Amino acid sequence: MSEASVVKADPVASPAPPPRDEESIPHPMEEWLRMDRIPHIWCPTCGLGTVVTAFIEGLKQTDLERDNVAVVSGIGCTGRVAGYVKLDSYHTTHGRAIPFATGLALSNPKLKVAVVSGDGDLVGIGGNHFIHAARRNMDLTVILVNNFIYAMTGGQVAPTTPETANTTTTPYGAFEPPFNIPHLAEACGAVYVARWTSLHVRRLTESIRKALSKPGFALVEVVTPCSTLYARRNRLGSGLDLLKFYHDNSTIQNGARTSDVGIDFQKPFIVGEFVDHDRPTWFQLMEARMSATLGDKFIPKEGPSCTNSK
Amino acid sequence: MKFWRKPLDLDEQKVVRGEVHILRDRCKGCGFCVEYCPEGVLKLDHAYNKKGYHPPVVIEGKECVMCRLCELLCPDFSIFITERGTGVPEVRDD
Repeated sequence: MSEASVVKADPVASPAPPPRDEESIPHPMEEWLRMDRIPHIWCPTCGLGTVVTAFIEGLKQTDLERDNVAVVSGIGCTGRVAGYVKLDSYHTTHGRAIPFATGLALSNPKLKVAVVSGDGDLVGIGGNHFIHAARRNMDLTVILVNNFIYAMTGGQVAPTTPETANTTTTPYGAFEPPFNIPHLAEACGAVYVARWTSLHVRRLTESIRKALSKPGFALVEVVTPCSTLYARRNRLGSGLDLLKFYHDNSTIQNGARTSDVGIDFQKPFIVGEFVDHDRPTWFQLMEARMSATLGDKFIPKEGPSCTNSK
Repeated sequence: MKFWRKPLDLDEQKVVRGEVHILRDRCKGCGFCVEYCPEGVLKLDHAYNKKGYHPPVVIEGKECVMCRLCELLCPDFSIFITERGTGVPEVRDD
């Protein structure tokens, strides 16, 4: 290699940073992360790390004990979350995060089970599980990270890809109408539905806290930038440019009708807390029915931690 | 942090000041912290870190008001704020 081809930082323009003993103070997230797996695999300007921080911050604000929380995720970029958080966690097969989480919640009702997974995993491959967990009002908190694409498998079209967006399997633009996830969740019976972007990090933290404290099927959709596949193929710049787009084009409308909150390709969209009502959970319905039919012969299990603590 | 007009209780106002800690070699140079710092404390360094990205450096350290937005937004867990004490807010001249 010749001398000229070696790119060196300009010594005048970049003075050496002052010597600092940064490693002596650990990052506050380190006690919540499996540090042997950090740095994570997510691309520069991906929003997933922000979602992990918001999830942990929201979890810290609840009165849930750390040992009583489990994180389940499926396959995909977001599926890696289960491997990075230092909580009881399980990384399931593609689309099967919700059935596994349902089983976990049934076998140990004290456990608060959070599902953190992507759009393709939860409403694409696992769409059937999603609608039935919402119908049953199973005691789950679902953090659905929507990057509009199947990112880890190479950027294929997903059920959330907006029309005309370019993906690897729709090189002439997507033409299928996408899911409106808050509308789908509300129609299926979710008791808490919110949507934020990874830029609305404080509101997202508050929504995750509410969702974790709520008995029943609570959904928080997080719109995040995918820089490497979605933004690059559609020539939208980097993840930072997408955050700027969210900043300029997202409108907060708490309580908006979920039928109005569909997302079109690079058009203004609505974020906020859309649904927050109460409905008997699967456990409550099961116990009521069993008590009504079996009477004293029915011995209920100890209830879910969230209904006891709140 | 500066006020646009002089509040009546200016002498009672206190602003929390933070100290920025940057883990240079964990950073992937996304620039979220630089873009969204409300006080303009950071800029992207001209130099590279171990991975070949440009991490942020502190240029206006005394301006940090410990809002922790950089810490929350950072996708790589490579910036955080500790409390440095409280200061007195300034009033803009214009």
